[in-house]
Amino acid sequence: MFDDLRDLYQEVILDHGKDPRNFRKPDEANREALGQNPLCGDQLVVYLELDDHGVIQDAAFVGKGCAISVASASMMTELIQGKTEAEADALFGRFRGMCTSDEEPDFADAGDEDMERLQVLSGVRQFPVRVKCATLAWHAMNAALRGEAQVSTEE
Amino acid sequence: MTGTARATTPGEAYDIERIRADFPILGREVHGKPLVYLDNGASAQKPQSVIDTMRAVYEDEYANVHRGLHYLSATLTDRYEGVRETVRRFINAEKTSEIVFTRNVSEAINLVAASYGRANLTEGDEVIISVLEHHSNIVPWQMLRDEKGVVLKVAPISDDGEFLLAEFEKLLGDRTKLVAIAHTSNVLGTILPAKEIVRLSHDAGAKVLFDGAQAAVHMPVDVRDLDCDFYGFTGHKLYGPTGIGVLYGKEAVLDAMPPYQGGGDMIAMVTMEKSTWAPLPHKFEAGTPAIVQAIGLGAAIDYVTDIGMAAIAEHEHDVLTYATQRLSAIDGLQIYGTAPSKAAIVSFTMESAHPHDISTVIDRAGVAIRAGHHCALPLIDRLGVPALARASFGLYNTRAEVDALAEALEAVQEIFG
Ligand SMILES: Cc1ncc(COP(=O)(O)O)c(C=O)c1O
Repeated sequence: MFDDLRDLYQEVILDHGKDPRNFRKPDEANREALGQNPLCGDQLVVYLELDDHGVIQDAAFVGKGCAISVASASMMTELIQGKTEAEADALFGRFRGMCTSDEEPDFADAGDEDMERLQVLSGVRQFPVRVKCATLAWHAMNAALRGEAQVSTEE
Repeated sequence: MTGTARATTPGEAYDIERIRADFPILGREVHGKPLVYLDNGASAQKPQSVIDTMRAVYEDEYANVHRGLHYLSATLTDRYEGVRETVRRFINAEKTSEIVFTRNVSEAINLVAASYGRANLTEGDEVIISVLEHHSNIVPWQMLRDEKGVVLKVAPISDDGEFLLAEFEKLLGDRTKLVAIAHTSNVLGTILPAKEIVRLSHDAGAKVLFDGAQAAVHMPVDVRDLDCDFYGFTGHKLYGPTGIGVLYGKEAVLDAMPPYQGGGDMIAMVTMEKSTWAPLPHKFEAGTPAIVQAIGLGAAIDYVTDIGMAAIAEHEHDVLTYATQRLSAIDGLQIYGTAPSKAAIVSFTMESAHPHDISTVIDRAGVAIRAGHHCALPLIDRLGVPALARASFGLYNTRAEVDALAEALEAVQEIFG
């Protein structure tokens, strides 16, 4: 097998891809958005439950997608629980930065624990056409926070 | 004509090595592996003769057509118009006036919807399409529906991907004005029973348009034998350049249609008060056409005609049969589209991996396929899958390439297992 494929499909990703966490529709959700990748037809709905202080109490998703988009959604829902809207947005920004960066990032040194966990997805840097898969759920989360019903990776 | 290989003469064996040598790109590597190009359904590679022909026009013969009285313009006009005769023979149309050049098959369909559709269909009239259509043969009819109040009916398929003729027949009625259906499915490979569709439709008084994008590349097409009213196909899938497609229409039908777009080339006379239209087919060709692309298409048709469409169909059938066997043997792989009458297209899913992941992994082995919805979302819905992987074969593909595909898919199994 090729090294870049091994980077892309790390065990953690295969695991999240096959057995996604928070793969459900929560009853208490008060925000949701559909994320679509029109080029490939993949669709994920991200559900959020925000409390009065704007803290994400619960995050979950359902839908169909490739290993990368599902794994990324799964990990995202784990990481944004307990974060404020602003914190979740900021994490999205750092995540997107990693996916499109030329350099292999080192988050351990920076003390960025969330990004350290998401670093397993940095293999997409070598597969530019797959960056949209990795960011699909994040776009949906971002849209849900803004109160938009849907978002497309082609916008 | 340039001197690239004449592949076979009738009776000679299909000389696959010589044919492959005609396509320079097939010699390249991708990710360090020999390219195995199995995305012909999206667009086919070009033989040297097409490339050389087009370059020669730019280097030595180029001018605008239909306008100049000077030598280059007159000569190139003859050459460009000569392609109509090549196309006419290729699909056995009666006259060159029935051959309209378009940008691609999408434009051919849009032309019929916009010109024939707007002029002849009124509120409550019905257009029948099928569930296996490419978006190009859905959206123009939806636009017509929204504009004119036309009713769109959808002919179903079986789970195997077969067109259900008896169900189709039930949809035909007094108000059916037009039947617009793919001759061959770009996803399932199904070859539709075109002659029967025409017979039934004509009995009901409806005109028939075939989207031949995937049919014209895989088998001989005879529009007079089919007796269809319109037939569209696209050059880039037929080993020709992009930017050129064909709409065939029966002369009487085209003649009665209003122009599609206005501009130069499509007029007979223009005053500030009024214009009159050029005769067929120029009435439908506003503005400077894709001159060099049309000539490239002519070279592509010469190329496939030299090999013979029947010989190509036979060769591809062998590759298809082998691919079906090889892929069926892979654990967890399911093929979609198993109609008895089928062109060389194999769409599939794997239990362990999403089509994108399949495509990404096998791309690293040099194997190019398509993954996704194939511009046929209603069909993907009908099949109940989120997406499909598709290997689509062309005249230059081999059993050895099927082996490469199968081995690459086994690597997918290993990763996602
Ligand atoms: C059946 C079918 N119809 C229409 C099209 C559209 O072709 P084009 O993009 O050349 O207009 C395609 C190709 O993608 C096709 O396979």
